[in-house]
Amino acid sequence: MSDKTSKTTRGATKLALAAVFMFSFGYLLVPLYDVFCDLTGLRFTDEEAVALSPQELEEDTSRLVTIQFDVSMNQGMSWHVKPEMQVMEVHPGRVYTTFYSASNRTVGEMVGQAVPSVAPIAANKYLVKTECFCFDNQTIAAGETVNMPLSFMLNPRLPPNVNLVTLSYTFFDITKNASAENQLDSVLAYK
Amino acid sequence: MFAIKRLNAWLGLAFISVVSGSAFAGQPMNMTPGVTDISAEVYDMHMIAFWLCVVIAVVVFGAMFYSIFAHRKSRGVTPATFHESTTIEAIWTIIPFVVLIALSIPATKTLIDMYDTSDYDLTVKITGYQWLWHYEYVEDGVDFHSKLQTSISQINNDEEKGENYLLEVDNELVIPVGKKVRFLITSNDVIHAWWVPDLAVKKDAVPGFINEAWARVNEPGIYRGQCAELCGRHHGFMPVVVRAVPEAEYRQWVAANAKPESATEYAVVSQ
Amino acid sequence: MSTVAAGDHHDHPESPYSIKRWLFTTNHKDIGTLYLWFSFIMFLIGGVMALVIRTELFQPGLQFVDPQFFNSMTTMHAIMMIFGVVMPAFTGLANWLIPMMIGAPDMALPRMNNWSFWILPFAFAMMLSTLFMDGGGPAGGWTLYPPLTLQTGDALPFVILSMHFMGLSSIMGAINVVATVLNMRAPGMTLMKMPLFVWTWLITAYLLIAVMPVLAGGITMLLTDKYFGTSFFNAAGGGDPVMFQHIFWFFGHPEVYILILPSFGVVSSIIPTFARKPLFGYASMVYATGAIAFLSFIVWAHHMFTVGMPLAGELFFMFATMLIAVPTGVKVFNWIATMWRGSMTFETPMLFALGFIVMFSIGGFSGLMLALAPVDFQYHDTYFVVAHFHYVLVPGSIFAIIAAVYYWLPKWCGNMYSEGLGKTHFWLSTIFVNLTFFPMHFVGLAGMPRRIPDYALQFSDYNMMATIGAFGFGLSQLLFLVLVIKAIRSGNKATSQVWEDAEGLEWTLPSPAPYHSFSTPPAIK
Repeated sequence: MSDKTSKTTRGATKLALAAVFMFSFGYLLVPLYDVFCDLTGLRFTDEEAVALSPQELEEDTSRLVTIQFDVSMNQGMSWHVKPEMQVMEVHPGRVYTTFYSASNRTVGEMVGQAVPSVAPIAANKYLVKTECFCFDNQTIAAGETVNMPLSFMLNPRLPPNVNLVTLSYTFFDITKNASAENQLDSVLAYK
Repeated sequence: MFAIKRLNAWLGLAFISVVSGSAFAGQPMNMTPGVTDISAEVYDMHMIAFWLCVVIAVVVFGAMFYSIFAHRKSRGVTPATFHESTTIEAIWTIIPFVVLIALSIPATKTLIDMYDTSDYDLTVKITGYQWLWHYEYVEDGVDFHSKLQTSISQINNDEEKGENYLLEVDNELVIPVGKKVRFLITSNDVIHAWWVPDLAVKKDAVPGFINEAWARVNEPGIYRGQCAELCGRHHGFMPVVVRAVPEAEYRQWVAANAKPESATEYAVVSQ
Repeated sequence: MSTVAAGDHHDHPESPYSIKRWLFTTNHKDIGTLYLWFSFIMFLIGGVMALVIRTELFQPGLQFVDPQFFNSMTTMHAIMMIFGVVMPAFTGLANWLIPMMIGAPDMALPRMNNWSFWILPFAFAMMLSTLFMDGGGPAGGWTLYPPLTLQTGDALPFVILSMHFMGLSSIMGAINVVATVLNMRAPGMTLMKMPLFVWTWLITAYLLIAVMPVLAGGITMLLTDKYFGTSFFNAAGGGDPVMFQHIFWFFGHPEVYILILPSFGVVSSIIPTFARKPLFGYASMVYATGAIAFLSFIVWAHHMFTVGMPLAGELFFMFATMLIAVPTGVKVFNWIATMWRGSMTFETPMLFALGFIVMFSIGGFSGLMLALAPVDFQYHDTYFVVAHFHYVLVPGSIFAIIAAVYYWLPKWCGNMYSEGLGKTHFWLSTIFVNLTFFPMHFVGLAGMPRRIPDYALQFSDYNMMATIGAFGFGLSQLLFLVLVIKAIRSGNKATSQVWEDAEGLEWTLPSPAPYHSFSTPPAIK
């Protein structure tokens, strides 16, 4: 009987550990989701953009692809943002630069974060941003207007049936979070 | 014996009451073939899947009800004792498998078509808000909000409900017939879903991200739909109304509604 | 955590009217009884919520409740029915039956068994209390999608905490089932001799241990997103609201099978008894259950076809989902082959089992249709989906639970129930369940979205029908309550065999089953 008891206890402990592992696995799904997104091109983070080989950097002048720039404001975001151009026709393999201009018509300094999104999904991982205002949050003083630069390139391996790529940014107001973070930063800096 | 007769009688009665109720009421009880090539394909696939299920149901339930009828203790049958047969089990594993493959081929084809947004004629950006829609004609420089027009007194039962109760908006989405309209769908706050059954388009509007869909409407007309993802208190009150018109009429509509400053900003820059 | 030690128990239970007996019990039968009654009470509460929903939907227009409260009702109804009714009812059945079926004296971990039950009343009391909080109860749907769920008022942390408790309870219950099945079988009871109910529960228990913690992780992320500044699901901080849906449905799809696999076990016990013929294809039943459990982990995204997935993902999840039809089909075919050339009688448990097969299959058919991704764009989030999952859950899981109660009730309380009342209960339930849910297919196909408190005029007739059906179904269940109480108090004495030719160790015990089942292991043929 006691032999059976210890066997049961061991078994139950293992199962409990399995449950704890699965709880961590829930959190592991977060990085796994990023991997899934990168693999399928569902969402693509530029920081993880793979370096292009030199031959891929060569401009493909035989091909013109339309890039459509778009912008949305999330709930509570009051900036006025617009792309310099609504569309550009570009050759894959060449770096282009454009900008979005944003104005803060409120009476206080605001911090915003732009989140990029690309359609069609199939084009997602072929649009490489080399410089982008979305890499960091942006601070705009009251009443100011700023031009925020964007440099990008299309990977020449872009699937041949894609002749239009929409690059959309959604701006979020993160003034509140940013100020909390700054406080934390200054505390840390003081140490 | 008696139980079976009763079962048949009741099932028959239940079936008749459901069917005759609907015939009497004349209210829609099936999907619509819609007004695009894709929606017609989707409808056909739905009907194929439906009839396939009906055939399987007739065979499987037929066998079951025959057994219930014939293999009853009250008929004095002695039970058989068989309890496995590898051949039969293999057969009824493989046949469904083949049927499923047959069913997935047209589905795959339609899905690929649905994902092909290339060679479009115009783009409409759709943004969901709690609880209305915003439409922006990217190339044509028109943009407006579209929200429920049904009066609150109709909703509160103080007034008789109109024909298009809950499915009417102040500003309809006007699109040209025969043109491939590409929809870019996003949201301002929570997740919504833009759905028009006749166009077979349903796509989630996710804040921070854009989704794509497209439709080429074949016939002029007014097509109604609703938000299809729970988005809070007034989720049931944010309809979608699409008015498809001939191209000439669409151009007139654009000319009358375009905001000049946004139209001039639209310039193609070739480098 | 100790296994049953002889000194732990009195030979006879204390009086059933002693609160102490029920609070401190470690007896599997007492705990099984507690679970089953708890489940029935939750069934009534969740049922009243369903009736609030159906009352509001009786006619177009807003009549009775505020849309926010309506949303709260749909959300709570789902949470109650899934976590408060079906899961505890199955755990109750497992407690009562598994030790008797495998020749064990009790569950392996009796004290944990007590805790896992007594957590539940507190969890659900907390959940229900949120209805009275500032901002109302949770109203973002039981799927808790952000950002909408993050708009919940004060209720959110309480909802999440109570769901943690529910999860904890079912994980403990599952560990107990696995430990019991693996360690407590009588000598000679090999795995492939176990009744299918035990098999399906063993697999269900593994599913529970695998996925309930994932849900716990997901809802904890919601909590930290709302109160501690993380941004798992907030795009501004590099998160993605769609990721929650992936995490949720990674839990949610296996959960669907958690809610149905034990029913397969119940039906596989009942059909052979009343067909007087052994179960057809026992081994393939076990393998099919395993296959369904495995597939349940790789189909989750079919709940989110419209969310904007890459084409390849869409296709993968469509094919994987369609595959589930194969093992599910095998099960249905096996049941019919069991009936084939049997010698059938139609007592109430058999009627409910037959009703299960027919109506669960109807739910399976609509499930197959829903698997087709391009067509799902039309079905998704409409009443067609509501009809689908209610067909598999109400005349599916709930019918199986009711069938199980009828089948084993004489063993539990020693008295036969009234067959006349039982058959009436079956016919009323069957008619009204179809009257409620069948018209939902029609309105769904005709374009009515789910989770709306008011609808366009062309959906009015079928909604009216569904509401009438829902009240009929709800009232019919009171008959069940009366019947069960009558059987506990009086009724013809049941023999130990109860049913002619019923197979299984539980039928070798006297009726009612003694407080301690197999103090000495039975001999297995």
